[in-house]
Amino acid sequence: MFSNRKFNLLVPLFSILLGFLVGAIIMVVFGYSPIDGYTALWNGAFGNAYYTGETLRQSIPLALTGLSIAFAFRSGLFNIGAEGQVFVGWLAAVWFGITFDLPAVIHLPLSILVAALAGALWAFVPGLLKATRGVHEVVVTIMMNYIALHVSNHIIRAYLLESGSRTYRINESASLRSEFLTDFFSGSQIHWGFIVAIIGAFIMWFILEKTTYGYELRAVGFNPHAARYAGMSVKKNIIMAMLIAGGFAGIAGAMEGLGTFGAMHTHAGFSNLGFDGIAVALLGANTAIGSVLAALLFGALKVGSLSMPPVAGVPSELVEIVIAIIIFFVASSYIIRWAVLRFKKEEK
Amino acid sequence: MKNKLMLIFAVLLSAILVLSACGTEDEEPAEETDDETTEETTDETEEEAPDFSVAMVTDEGGVDDRSFNQSAWEGIQAFGEEHGLERGEGYDYAQSDDAADYMPNLNGLIQQEYDLIFGIGFELMDSVEQVAESNPDTNFALVDDVIEADNVASVTFAEEQGSFLAGVAAALKTESDEVGFVGGITSPLIKRFEVGFVAGVKSVNPDIDVRVEYAETFSDEQMGRSFANSMYSDGIDVIYHASGAVGNGIFTEARNRIENNPDDPVWVIGVDRDQYDEGQQGDHNVALTSMVKRVDVAVQEVSEMAMSGEFPGGEHLILGLEDDAISIADTNDEAYTDEIHEEVSDWEEQILNGDIVVPETDEELEDFIDSL
Repeated sequence: MFSNRKFNLLVPLFSILLGFLVGAIIMVVFGYSPIDGYTALWNGAFGNAYYTGETLRQSIPLALTGLSIAFAFRSGLFNIGAEGQVFVGWLAAVWFGITFDLPAVIHLPLSILVAALAGALWAFVPGLLKATRGVHEVVVTIMMNYIALHVSNHIIRAYLLESGSRTYRINESASLRSEFLTDFFSGSQIHWGFIVAIIGAFIMWFILEKTTYGYELRAVGFNPHAARYAGMSVKKNIIMAMLIAGGFAGIAGAMEGLGTFGAMHTHAGFSNLGFDGIAVALLGANTAIGSVLAALLFGALKVGSLSMPPVAGVPSELVEIVIAIIIFFVASSYIIRWAVLRFKKEEK
Repeated sequence: MKNKLMLIFAVLLSAILVLSACGTEDEEPAEETDDETTEETTDETEEEAPDFSVAMVTDEGGVDDRSFNQSAWEGIQAFGEEHGLERGEGYDYAQSDDAADYMPNLNGLIQQEYDLIFGIGFELMDSVEQVAESNPDTNFALVDDVIEADNVASVTFAEEQGSFLAGVAAALKTESDEVGFVGGITSPLIKRFEVGFVAGVKSVNPDIDVRVEYAETFSDEQMGRSFANSMYSDGIDVIYHASGAVGNGIFTEARNRIENNPDDPVWVIGVDRDQYDEGQQGDHNVALTSMVKRVDVAVQEVSEMAMSGEFPGGEHLILGLEDDAISIADTNDEAYTDEIHEEVSDWEEQILNGDIVVPETDEELEDFIDSL
């Protein structure tokens, strides 16, 4: 009675609901009002044009890192390295935006492309090691994260530093920001990146579902041995998958560099965009559309949580608990599956 | 089957509603009593503080960082209590988890119509500059960096003065005539700590060697340990640090050395706040003293000015010893003896009455040492 498709939709929905429910219980236990808390969360995410803009802005890079991880996952790879790919993409986009002065129609797409290439290059290393030497990509990507963090910090300090801890601003022609959008969302930092994210989701869907390439990638993901037996090159597909996944994460970095900040600052630690992307992909059941929707939810939770302490007095950490519980239930979808199957049995 | 699922769904939903409802019921009586008690106190003070509110945005450290942000928040709380303001209306803070939160946090506070909004830390410079431009009717203040705008007050500290006194204390304490300085990231800000410290040491005894090292990070404790290890091994017995969490590693190394070899004393001078607690090892404490930067005093002072209608917009306030915004901790009275205390007070006097102008840059330091 339950097709897999339906199940893929049900599990995340139940998980979200349970997440909010447990969040409410925790609020009650600690003497806060869940209604006030969630109202503040909602108003802080969609209450007016400004907050809606901020929510969208926060969702853009999350959607792209989500796509990155989902894409790799469909090919049987676990791309923990989105975090590092975000950093190199961000740096590459900002560097290209500062250094060159071109007409916007060329400059902007090229900046994004450069970021994608940088991210792809960063993902190429673990892809190559996995394909040729069988080194597990999780280990390599985690190491690449640290390399990206510290190398980008060094490059910013040594070559691109304007003042304090920030690079020069990118040229206007490479910027994704626009007066129109900023005014429309009453001064928020929203930028045209949401179109990039939607195009990204479309590209992922198209590659995976409509091309031979995508078919091979998915086949490798399902069963590499069977794929090899069927005459597909597992090595080539692993490298391809990592390249494309890295490209998505690199573009996520470009969104921060060309959109939100218009520059890059040195980071003391990780931005968490890549790590949150894992949760986004998981909640989105590793599909393109799912990742975009999950990114919207996470963006809303993150931006909305900023309003919870000042408006309702509820600590913003509570939202992190809600997010953690949602992820927990998605990850343990087995429990939900089991519960549903039990009901099914009883009915018989 | 479908019905059963719908049933679960409905139960979950109603559970949320019920829980939410009892949450508010529990809350209301508590709030009422709260209001009553605070109303009484506010009634008296209301005339003094008719209509003023102040809030702050933290940097990535968060409000409980046991340092900079926490100190600022304590200042705002003290200000709020003094004038009978209520948290959430009269004063509040917004916490930033990363740099992307600065703008939403600032704008959120602007929408709640706070009269004065603080940005804590130089990381917020860009964001404060932007919101100040688009909200000319709101007053802003930035701590630790300078913005030139009519509705922004910039507050920095005369760290070189406190570091000078730390240098005096180090020079008096050292037995090997070798002391060390560990800085965070090379920058004009940390330079002021270094130069002030060196000037203080040389003022007491020009023959004392000062070894200067930079970690180029504020967060790597391991780095602090290895610096401290090499310095202490080379005979240096007092280290002054201005390096954030790197300093925790220096404290760890000093505590280990004291534990293994109690007869060979080593010392650390803390920074930003009184780091006495970091130095405790058994019944011995390696924290000689700390150069205390009173962000809370600064925040309170600017708030007072703004409330009385004398907001120092467009001005750059440099707070130092004379404002009680910079001081030297005397918590560790076993190590920081009365003689040291008296001598340090002596030098402090000379800075206050202008006999000594503490250098801030390398060039000024050279001239200063030549003039000794």
